[in-house]
Formats: sequence, structure tokens, C-alpha cells
Amino acid sequence: MAIFTALLVSSIAILLSGASPIKAFSALAVGAFGTRDNLIETVVKATPLIIAGLGVALAFRGGLFNIGVEGQLFIGSIVAVLVGTNFDLPKIINVPLVMLAGALAGALLAAFSGYLKAWHGAHEVITTIMMNYIVLRIITWAIGANGPLRKPLSIVPETRSLFESARLPLLISDTRLHMGIVIALALAAGVYFLLFRTVLGVEIRIVGKNLHAAKYVGINVKRNIVLTMALSGGLAGLAGAIQVMGIPPYNFTTGFNVGYGFDSLAVAVLGSIHPVGVVFSALLFGAMDAGARLMQLRAKVPIDIITLLQGLILMFVAANQIIRSLYHLPAPSKEDSVNLTQSWGGE
Amino acid sequence: MTSILLVSLMSLAIIKAAPLIYGALCGLMSERSGVVNIGIEGMMLTGAFMAFMGSALFSKWTGGVFNPNVSLVVGLLVGIISAALVAGLHAILSIHYKIDQVISGTVINLLAVGLTNYVANAYIDPTHLSGVGVFPVWKIPLLSKIPILGPIFFEHQPMIYLMFALVLFLQYAIFNTPWGLRLRSVGEYPQAADSVGINVIKTRYLNVILGGALAGLGGAIMVLESVGRFQKLMTSGRGFIALAVMIFGRWSPIGAFGAAILFGFSEALGVRLQFGDINHLYALVVVAALAVILTSIVWGINRLRNRSTKGKSPFLIGGIFTLGLTILYLANQVEFPKVSVPIEFLGLLPYVLTIIVLTGLVKRAVGPAAVGKPYEKQ
Repeated sequence: MAIFTALLVSSIAILLSGASPIKAFSALAVGAFGTRDNLIETVVKATPLIIAGLGVALAFRGGLFNIGVEGQLFIGSIVAVLVGTNFDLPKIINVPLVMLAGALAGALLAAFSGYLKAWHGAHEVITTIMMNYIVLRIITWAIGANGPLRKPLSIVPETRSLFESARLPLLISDTRLHMGIVIALALAAGVYFLLFRTVLGVEIRIVGKNLHAAKYVGINVKRNIVLTMALSGGLAGLAGAIQVMGIPPYNFTTGFNVGYGFDSLAVAVLGSIHPVGVVFSALLFGAMDAGARLMQLRAKVPIDIITLLQGLILMFVAANQIIRSLYHLPAPSKEDSVNLTQSWGGE
Repeated sequence: MTSILLVSLMSLAIIKAAPLIYGALCGLMSERSGVVNIGIEGMMLTGAFMAFMGSALFSKWTGGVFNPNVSLVVGLLVGIISAALVAGLHAILSIHYKIDQVISGTVINLLAVGLTNYVANAYIDPTHLSGVGVFPVWKIPLLSKIPILGPIFFEHQPMIYLMFALVLFLQYAIFNTPWGLRLRSVGEYPQAADSVGINVIKTRYLNVILGGALAGLGGAIMVLESVGRFQKLMTSGRGFIALAVMIFGRWSPIGAFGAAILFGFSEALGVRLQFGDINHLYALVVVAALAVILTSIVWGINRLRNRSTKGKSPFLIGGIFTLGLTILYLANQVEFPKVSVPIEFLGLLPYVLTIIVLTGLVKRAVGPAAVGKPYEKQ
């Protein structure tokens, strides 16, 4: 219902630009699901969003607002490139090694923000935003002219490609569908298990819900904050590593996955910070990204309508009261909700 | 190195800091009333976009009958009002529908990016709609003649003066007037505010929307006093830096001003470094000195505000302030050896300094207690 309403509202924008909404949205659907290759593109686009979205969701569960996913994702990719262009080990070792390196880089970066919050009271929103810029600048330097990671003789800022042995295997040969989606789904299951079936998960959620209660029952809050950030950043870093390992030309260029950090925030929020929800909302975002090109081609609608559509969907999903009153639906039972702004204000 | 260079850098720093300051004031108004605002970016982008559309279309439709400045003022008003309307949506979603304020802010950002890019691609680009220029510089008589301070503070375009005025006014209003007390009580403890007859809901609506207008100014200044036209995604994360600036400045206008200047200065430095006429070591030292001076000023103001023994001792504040000035003075006397540092690393400075200052010097930045929580009347 929420998606339908969002489509309806964005139709107005399309009509205003003189194109046909029906044509646009059917092209969007064909572009996302119409052929095998289009469907694959949807999945490929969704993969990093699932993983990074899980990272954001995990932090939110622990009462932390990790707005630094962008930086953690970037550092994950660049470290994956660093390892994957220098080590040429057998594939069975090299692929996990490169993934681990990326995840570790993201985890360390995020854990540092967690440490600053836990021990020095520095707000994680500031430190993670600052980290984003720091990472971005360092990478710009590293792949810029004369940078240490710049591909020799290349005219654009890019790194060398990863060794064959560091690339993710394809699920279906001669397509772009790589192993990443399997890893992403496994991680979603893993995060679900961690959050809802382990002691650590319960601790994370208690800290996220009520800091005082957490202290009262004897949870080591400081350690917990650092750990949550590390896990969250590790997921983001892994998402970045998988991007460079899975998608030709297997290297890092500027403009590469810019905006993923931001999208993953939207994905996590749309998926009501639940692992299963994250998977579905990432697929939805992936489908819209994948279908957008065909929509632009066939219906002459600017690609940016997609962002608008995503915003509207998020709005109508979150404010489901609007939808209910529009369609006269009964109110659902009040369920256990999480306050995303838990860590923002005073204690 | 000459101090003329430093003066021109400082002046540019204020210009570059202005959008951040407006953005931070937006966040401040909204969060002091208890509503988290991560939609500053979207509101600023809307302000920039509509300020451009307003001024360009007004000038186009009236066929140049009016002075370009009239078009600019129209654009400014359109920008302010549009951003306020966007903030109104944030208010409705988060106050009336009680959806999570982070979600609501994300919605605002997505919608603003989507809409402005969409119209830019569908309308501005194909029609080659052009802007009407920028506001002229107003030199304030007498004041601009003051050595050093004059060129830094009193040779600017009008919206910069408006910003100075707003920072001072809001600093006073929030902490020294009944209106400010009401605002803060709503953000800290809405139940108590309600019990003494303050309308919590109304206060929140009003301040979120007022904040939106400020963010609109922050976006508009980028168009109307800088580049003169709209570029897609032109706020490029400034809304988020503004958020950091607000927290860094501990939810106070003067604090935000100080923090923003630090970022503005490094942006100014980045501009000048591309000309290659600045010694890199000199730049490093100056930024560090500036950070020290700004920190001491913010401390001093916090102390004055508390009117008590709370805060750092005056000797420490004075000492650190003098230390900063001394470094700054010496930096302008000494000839630095030529060392080439990649420009990107110099650009890192404000971010690294922010983290250091935050952990070592300022310590806990704690926001209004009720921020993020929808108000339920008991």
C-alpha cells in the first residue's frame, strides 16, 4: 500500500515533466525484473546495500547511530584493493583473506569511534562523520595523481585491478552475478542469530534500549559500545570489499559507490532495523537502481525520480498512519519499537 | 608570510563557514525544542534550489524590469519559505505522526535530493535557465576601516551580516530570555514545561519550522552570494557537517560559530592552496593556532554564560587564548622551510582537530534530554 501510494505521488512529478507514468513504471519494472540479466543486476545492486544496511541496523540496535558507513565502506574497499593487488595466493585462501582485510579495516575504523564515545564521551555522530571525510581525503590522495595506489599510466583516478585469485567466483558464468549475494544472505541470518539468539545480542539490545538498565544488570557498557561499532563497521567494510571483489573491473575509482553509505541508512530504516526487513528493503532499492536506466531510456524520465520514489516509500512506510487513514485500514497492534535516536540526547 | 594573506584567508573563512553556521542554527533550533534534525542537508539543498529558481524565474518573467537585486531578494524569500515548508513536513511527520525523527530526517534528505535533481535535469538543464548574479559586497562605513578586523568582518555581502546578527541574537535569546527558557524546557523536560502551561507541541512546530527557514538561508547563501546558480547536490554534505558543528558547539550559537569557522578556514585554505602561494607548514601551524584560539573563546563564553565557577578557570582560558595568538603571531614572522605536504592531508586537519578537541578538551557533548522522543500528553 505504501509503495503504491508512493508510486501514485511520484506519478504527478512524471506527468509534470510531460512523460507517461505508466510507461515509466513499466519500464522500471522491466529494467529490474524483466530479463534474467536485469534480475541479476537487481541482486548485484542490492548486495552491498544488504550488508551495509545490516551494519547500520546492528548499530541502531545497540543504541548507536553509525553515520560513518560510507567511510567504513570506502576503507573496506581500499584495503581490499591493497591486499588483493599485492597478494596472489590460491583462490581458496585469497578470497577470504581479502574479505577479512576489508572487514577488519571497517571494523577498526568504527571501533575507534566507539572507543572515543565510550571512554571520552565524543559523540559518535560527529566522529563518524569526521572519519568519513578523513577516509575520503586519504583515498583521494592515494588514487590521485602520483598517489601510491594509482594505476600506472591511467588518466583517471583508479587503482589496479585485483588479481584473478582475489575476485569473487561467479554464481552463473558469463553474468555479473557473483557470490556476494550468498554471503549477504548468510550475514543477514548471522546478524539475526546474533541479535536474537545469543547473550551478546541481548546485551547489545539492552544497551540500546536503556543504558542505565544495562549498567544495573552488570553489562560492560563501554566494551559493548566498542564491540557494536566494530561489528557494524566490519559489515560496512565487508560490503566495500565485496564491491571491488565482485564487480568488473575489480578496482577502485572515484565515484565508486558514492552514496552507498547514505542509501544503507535508508535501507536499514526502511527495513525497520530488522535483518529480514533489511534484505527486502535492499532488494527493493536494488531493483529501483537497476530499473532506473531503462526507465530513463524508454520513458525519458530523469533517473532522479528514483530517489524521490525511495523517499516517498520510506515516508509512507514509516508514517503508516497516513496510509491507514487514506485507505481506511484498521490500526495494527502496537508492537515493540526501537527508538533510533536513543543515543542522541542526554542520558 | 604576510598578515595580508591571513586577513584574506580569515575573511574567506567566514564566507565559507556561513552555510555551515546557518545549517547549525537550524539544527539547534529544532533540537533545543526536542526534535532531532538530520534533514538539515535536505532543507539546505531545497533552500539553495528554490532561491535559484525564485530569482531566475522572477527575473525571466518580469523581463528584467527590476534591478537584479530585487530578483535576488525574491529568490532569497522563496528559498527561505520553501525550506521552512520542508521543515514543516519534518515537523508533521515527527511531531504529529510521531514517526522516528531519524527516519523523518532521512525522508527529507531523500525527497530533497530526488526533487531538486529531477527538476534540474528535466527543466534547468534543457532550458539553460541562468541565474541573476550575486548580492554585492557592502562595506560598512568606518568599521571596515579598522585595521585587520575591518577587512575580516566588515567587507561582506549582506547575508553574512545577517548571520552575525542571528548568531548574537539567538545566543542571547536562547539563554537569556523567557522565550529561550521556554524553548529549552520543552527540549529538556516537556512534561514539566507542559505542567506550567507551555504548549509543547506548538513550541516544537514553531521551532522546527523556524530552523527550516534558517537552513533555507544557508542554502540560499551558496547560490545568491557565491556561485550564482544551482548545481546538483551543491550542498554536498554540508548539512551533515553542520550537524557535527552544532554538536561540537554544544548546542549553542556561539559555539557553532566557532566550530564552523574552523571548517570554513580549512576550506578557504584549500582554495588558496590550489594557487600554490602558501607554505604548507605555515598553513598547518595557522590552523592549529586557530583551533586553540577558538576553543578558548568558546570556553570563555560558556563560563560567562554560566555566571558561576563552573567551567574552566579564567587563567587557563586566558593563557590558552594568548598561546594561540602568540603562535599565530610567530607564524607570521618566521620563514618556514619549504615542505610539500599533499593538499589532501592539509584538508584533513579540521576533521582530525575536531576529533582531538572533542575527546581531549571539550569532553561530553550532551544534547537536550528529551531530544528524539515524541511528546505524549499525560
